[in-house]
Amino acid sequence: MKKINAIASILAVALIFGSAVSSATASEGAKPHAQDWSFNGIFGTFDRGALQRGYQVYSEVCAACHALRLLSYRNLTAIGLSPDQVKKIAAEFEVTDGPNDEGEMFQRPARPSDRFVSPFANENAARASNNGALPPDLSLMTKARKGGADYLHGLLTGYKEEPPAGVKLPEGMNYNLYFPGNQIAMAPPLADDAVKYADGTKATLDQVSSDVTTFLAWAAEPELEERKRLGIKVMLFLLVLTGMLYALKVSIWKDQH
Amino acid sequence: MSKFFENPVIKWVEYRLPIFSFIDESVGSGYPTPKNLNYWWNFGSLAGLVLVIMIATGIVLAMNYTAHVDYAFESVERIMRDVNYGWLVRYIHVNGGSMFFILVYIHMFRGLYYGSFKEPRELLWIIGVFILLAMMATAFMGYVLPWGQMSFWGATVITNLFSAIPLIGDSIVTWLWGGFSVDNPTLNRFYAFHYLLPFVIFALVFIHLWALHVHKSSNPLGIDIQGPQDTIPFHPYFTIKDLFGMGVFMLIFMYFVFFAPNFFGEPDNYIKANPLVTPPHIVPEWYFLPFYAILRAVPDIWFISAKLGGVIAMFGSILILLLLPWLDRSKVRSSQFRPINRQLFWVFFVDCLILGWVGANSPDAVFHGVPFLWIGRVTTAYYFAHILLIIPLVSILERTKPLPESISAAVTANAKSGAGE
Ligand code: HEC
Ligand code: HEM
Repeated sequence: MKKINAIASILAVALIFGSAVSSATASEGAKPHAQDWSFNGIFGTFDRGALQRGYQVYSEVCAACHALRLLSYRNLTAIGLSPDQVKKIAAEFEVTDGPNDEGEMFQRPARPSDRFVSPFANENAARASNNGALPPDLSLMTKARKGGADYLHGLLTGYKEEPPAGVKLPEGMNYNLYFPGNQIAMAPPLADDAVKYADGTKATLDQVSSDVTTFLAWAAEPELEERKRLGIKVMLFLLVLTGMLYALKVSIWKDQH
Repeated sequence: MSKFFENPVIKWVEYRLPIFSFIDESVGSGYPTPKNLNYWWNFGSLAGLVLVIMIATGIVLAMNYTAHVDYAFESVERIMRDVNYGWLVRYIHVNGGSMFFILVYIHMFRGLYYGSFKEPRELLWIIGVFILLAMMATAFMGYVLPWGQMSFWGATVITNLFSAIPLIGDSIVTWLWGGFSVDNPTLNRFYAFHYLLPFVIFALVFIHLWALHVHKSSNPLGIDIQGPQDTIPFHPYFTIKDLFGMGVFMLIFMYFVFFAPNFFGEPDNYIKANPLVTPPHIVPEWYFLPFYAILRAVPDIWFISAKLGGVIAMFGSILILLLLPWLDRSKVRSSQFRPINRQLFWVFFVDCLILGWVGANSPDAVFHGVPFLWIGRVTTAYYFAHILLIIPLVSILERTKPLPESISAAVTANAKSGAGE
């Protein structure tokens, strides 16, 4: 009994501390609201429609500034595009290849096996076009920020046209509720009707933000669906195995109790 | 078993290399084990399981990893995206590290509570402390390999600690780095050590078990085995109990691997290392947090700088565990019969948890008006006071409860009253 008390009090202490830690970090930027993502939970999968719409948002808007250098065009078949569509998409980009037989480098259209072509040749070029700020690569964005997909959605929808009274923004900065420090160099990239969806979905700010976030969550964790599917099987297997081991344990120990 | 030993092939081998009797006497029916071990005695075998898993997954990762500052981060992502089941192998390895520390910390608190470190198991405990040190070095260097922001900055902060050593400190740091900052030579040597140390741990575990088998496991009552009536054979009783424990453990472990693989991780480590951008909060992996808190708790004392003092306190907090068998003078092992020690054990346990919490926060931050710096100082002081003062004093002054006559007597009495411990 005493032991149980001790354990209970430890858990209580841990819980209090746990909540204290999260509230202490909230000052860095507002805590983003939890969204009901299709890929949440142990049975979660990526909504294919959202993935394809999200890719459209990325390629029409974000790709002007942000690279996605860990992805190859061939990966896009995983979001439901056909190999032909992927080939067409890749061919819209130019990559440097070579050297050829004359020893010269040359330009050719990208192939599905090529990595996504970055919008800028290097970091300096990216900064030069963005007032000195660097648009980060988005391949791992949902894993590289506290709050993950919820943060990304918050960031994209959390701009305020006017900063709160008393806050003066430097030239070229924008006020964002969720960005740490609230001052971000990226102008609001999205708005209502930022893109026109082919499938008739209404392109509200919330919708386009959710779609591009779903796409980027997939880009960061392309293994997620396979992982969760396999996980269910592994857990069921272990549950049965452990149950059988327990039964065996009870029967072997019977003569000792 | 005897039938098995009559088999001519077994006999032939056994005559030349008595490996079968060795196994039988280590984990077989020929190894007598106290009949009253509870589930806290499962954690050693669980740690052994994880050690094997770590080495197996580590070797597969090594086949696909590139130890170079320009490629390390990308090669890890290639494992995650393009290597068949690479994500599974990596997530098992990453979460296995955290599981390993959880198991070993529980294993150690078990030893503390039941007095397992006492005569005649002092060396067993001391080898354990060396295992812990080797594990910490391995985990620290492994964390540097993916070359994310926390890899780089954690390595920078921790290696810089050695500069606190008077006179030669800076030279030592340059020597450790193989240059003038954490860079490619550092990554390469860390990789070499990270591959080597698990095998050192493996050897240490072997010696750990050798020492264990001399005097056998202690037990929750902490009294010696007096005869065969106190023991049962390891096989099948504890083989099945350990296997069942492994099933339960794997359920927890695999839950994290498949459904929350980055639970123990830092998001910043998915950003490639950048020597020009310092992350706002540099924190080590969770299992180092209590020691990180101790490191930062020490003020300037006389001619010893806070940095040097912190380093001494941090390493000291582990090294004093080596003295535990001699600091605790009580002849009674188990805290079940040491009412005061038992209460204070839980105080010490909570103190360690608070230290971990302090380590996760900036020393300047405040909790309900109290700066973390001071919470850290008080809990650090208590950590050392507990081991160096309270344990020796209590062990001398405490009136212990009467011990049962024997393990079998206690077990029979327990079974009659139908109650647990
Ligand atoms: C005109 C260029 C431009 C476009 C278009 C743009 N961004 Fe950005 N983005 C930036 C810049 C510049 C930064 C760096 C901001 C800073 O560090 O203050 C940035 C930063 C970010 C960040 C990082 C925030 C953080 O926590 O560090 C995310 C996420 C992001 N952008 C997502 C997007 C998405 C999604 C889109 C498309 C819907 C997009 N951006 C479109 C320029 C752009
Ligand atoms: C790789 C890590 C380790 C492994 C694989 C390991 C393995 C084991 C095993 C299999 C046992 C017997 C079963 C049990 O009592 O749980 C044991 C016992 C023990 N271990 Fe460890 N151990 C490890 C680390 C440590 C550490 C870090 C310490 C302490 C500093 C420690 C101290 C002890 C003690 C004192 C016992 C005897 C317990 C008793 O009989 O009451 N071990 N270990």
